[in-house]
Amino acid sequence: MFWLKKNLPKLVLTPSLGILSWFVYGFIFWTIYISFTKSKMLPRYELWGIDQYIRLWKMPRWHVAVENLLIFTVLFIILCIAIGILLSILLDQKIRAEGFLRTIYLYPMALSFIVTGTAWKWVLNPTLGIEKFAHDMGFETFKFDWLVTPEMSIYTIVIAGVWQSSGFIMAIFLAGLRSVDDEIIKAAKIDGAGIFSIYSKIILPMMRPVFMSAIVILVHLSIKSYDLIIALTSGGPGISSDMPAVFMTTMAFHRSEVGLASASAIMMFLTVSAIVVPYLYSELKREDAR
Amino acid sequence: MKMKKLLVALIALALTPSVSFAAPKAEVLHWWTGGGEAKALKVLQDDFAAQGGIWLDMPVSGGGGDAAMQTLKARIVANDAPAAAQIKGPTIQEYDEEGVVGPYNIDAVAQKEGWDNLLSEQVASHMKCDDGKAYCAAPVNIHRIDWIWANKKVLDENGIKMPSTWAEFNAAADKLQAKGIIPLAHGSQPWQDATVFEAVALGIGGNDFYRKAFVELDPATLGGATMSKVFDQMRKLKGYTDAGSPGRDWNIATGMVMEGKAAFQIMGDWAKGEFSANNQAPGKDYICAPTPSDNGYLYNVDSFIFFKVKGKEKVEGQKLLASLMMGKNFQKVFNIYKGSIPARLDVSMDEFDMCAKKSNADLKTAASKGGLLPSFAHGMALKLAQKGAIQDVVTEHFNSKMSSSDAAKKLAAAVKASL
Repeated sequence: MFWLKKNLPKLVLTPSLGILSWFVYGFIFWTIYISFTKSKMLPRYELWGIDQYIRLWKMPRWHVAVENLLIFTVLFIILCIAIGILLSILLDQKIRAEGFLRTIYLYPMALSFIVTGTAWKWVLNPTLGIEKFAHDMGFETFKFDWLVTPEMSIYTIVIAGVWQSSGFIMAIFLAGLRSVDDEIIKAAKIDGAGIFSIYSKIILPMMRPVFMSAIVILVHLSIKSYDLIIALTSGGPGISSDMPAVFMTTMAFHRSEVGLASASAIMMFLTVSAIVVPYLYSELKREDAR
Repeated sequence: MKMKKLLVALIALALTPSVSFAAPKAEVLHWWTGGGEAKALKVLQDDFAAQGGIWLDMPVSGGGGDAAMQTLKARIVANDAPAAAQIKGPTIQEYDEEGVVGPYNIDAVAQKEGWDNLLSEQVASHMKCDDGKAYCAAPVNIHRIDWIWANKKVLDENGIKMPSTWAEFNAAADKLQAKGIIPLAHGSQPWQDATVFEAVALGIGGNDFYRKAFVELDPATLGGATMSKVFDQMRKLKGYTDAGSPGRDWNIATGMVMEGKAAFQIMGDWAKGEFSANNQAPGKDYICAPTPSDNGYLYNVDSFIFFKVKGKEKVEGQKLLASLMMGKNFQKVFNIYKGSIPARLDVSMDEFDMCAKKSNADLKTAASKGGLLPSFAHGMALKLAQKGAIQDVVTEHFNSKMSSSDAAKKLAAAVKASL
């Protein structure tokens, strides 16, 4: 009986741990293995070396996808955090109807990326949305055709992504701001600090862990982003707004290139690890040192 | 509720010993879930049931078959392939290479019914596995890709004849554009760009050029001067589309022709279904004509592949299904619904509309003049990897300012890299 009591948590956790390690880590290793094979339509298990990786990096389309990922990730993170912080600070000024406003900003998060993408597709379409609206209003020369311009299409994805996620980042920062001790702010005010320097020099630096959560969430959202692109541009016009996740599914399911797709999946996996793991590591180490 | 469950269990138990002489059974994976296609498939299901078979329907809709392909692959990897699946073109042989099709259960039926005499040689060759030795798939239709659809009223009002060369098309388009009509209704999605591209390549380059480039993948042809000219025409066509074109679905583009907002659309004969759904008649409201070419004909044959299955009743199910699919009745009814023409040669065309009749007549002319060619954009000529590589370059060129000669060079390089 005592034994059971002592080991109950372990017993309860074991099945889910087992399932998790097989379906997440097991399949990561499976994908790594497949990326070194000649798999075409279905998985094959004879090893082929690193040829799939060589082929991958020779494909112009993969380069487009990687470049887009960089543009998207950088802009998406910076804009989401900037807008999130701004909104949370504004909401933190003890204003009226805060709960109502907070809900409004948080609401886009409740939508799936498919809905966001489809809605923005209509808004940004030059023959349906903003451009047509402006023309109907009488501004005949108004032009806003990023969605159909190959050089600009990736930025429309940034717009839709930021619209969807910045409210969530706002909520995270708002929670962080609320946890800051009032006494510190009062002390700073007594010392004559202005509102701007209170936030920039005292409060925000105190919110390091919040930044960490926000960045980790945003990085993985952006690297995994698939549904938003499919709904908004389908990777078009042409292949101009392609991203690695879209590339991967296209290769695996439409092109009979399972090996190549696995190689691209591993590249994505390594990217996430390369960014997130050191960041987590350094942040957690700092926590320990405290 | 409990009672019902018990009853079901009892019935199931009672049926178990009778497996040895069970009815033919077939699980069919397809994505024909809506409109005329679904109605047509119902005909087949009823036929199948009338012959004592058990049809296990496995419809996977969405994404023009993409979702179905994912399901299918998962089932095959799990060693549980359905009896038949909607697969066409060289993908049939690709599955065979993976070793999941043999021992070609339906070949016996095909030999008995003499499919070699019922199908044209070209269509038959797509249906055979094991280096052309055995039938492993059954064709249900022939779609023509290189069609151009036009709004009759718009053409009449502007004194324009259906173009018979690409130069004539350009002249007509310039005239329409000057009057504020969108000359070409087009949805710039990769597959639609490729559809237009192959029609242009067939017209500008000719039949031999098309065969060399998109069937034989000859590097010199893919990167050559003629290919450059094809891309020149694509650039011109881009100018004839409207700003809302990128990402538009094909049926919305067909709608633009119906409303008279646009004059032409280049699209396969499934576009006819959109016109009929709006009670428009060929020759009266709209015109169907082949895109300009020298008796060329780009075909897309939908077919069902028959996988390796275990169990006698499943094999019998496959045989019955294959036989019914090639049946005269199904081939006729199905194709009237779907807008295509029968793959089987001896079906009467009397009940078909004028576009289908023209398609059937042109098919014979093209076959005799060497113009009967498989569509690469619809997966009939190439394996998926090469088709995808070409499609990427075509859509990238169409949606950017890439020069024609660069595009041709890129095309040759992309195909080489994908092999």
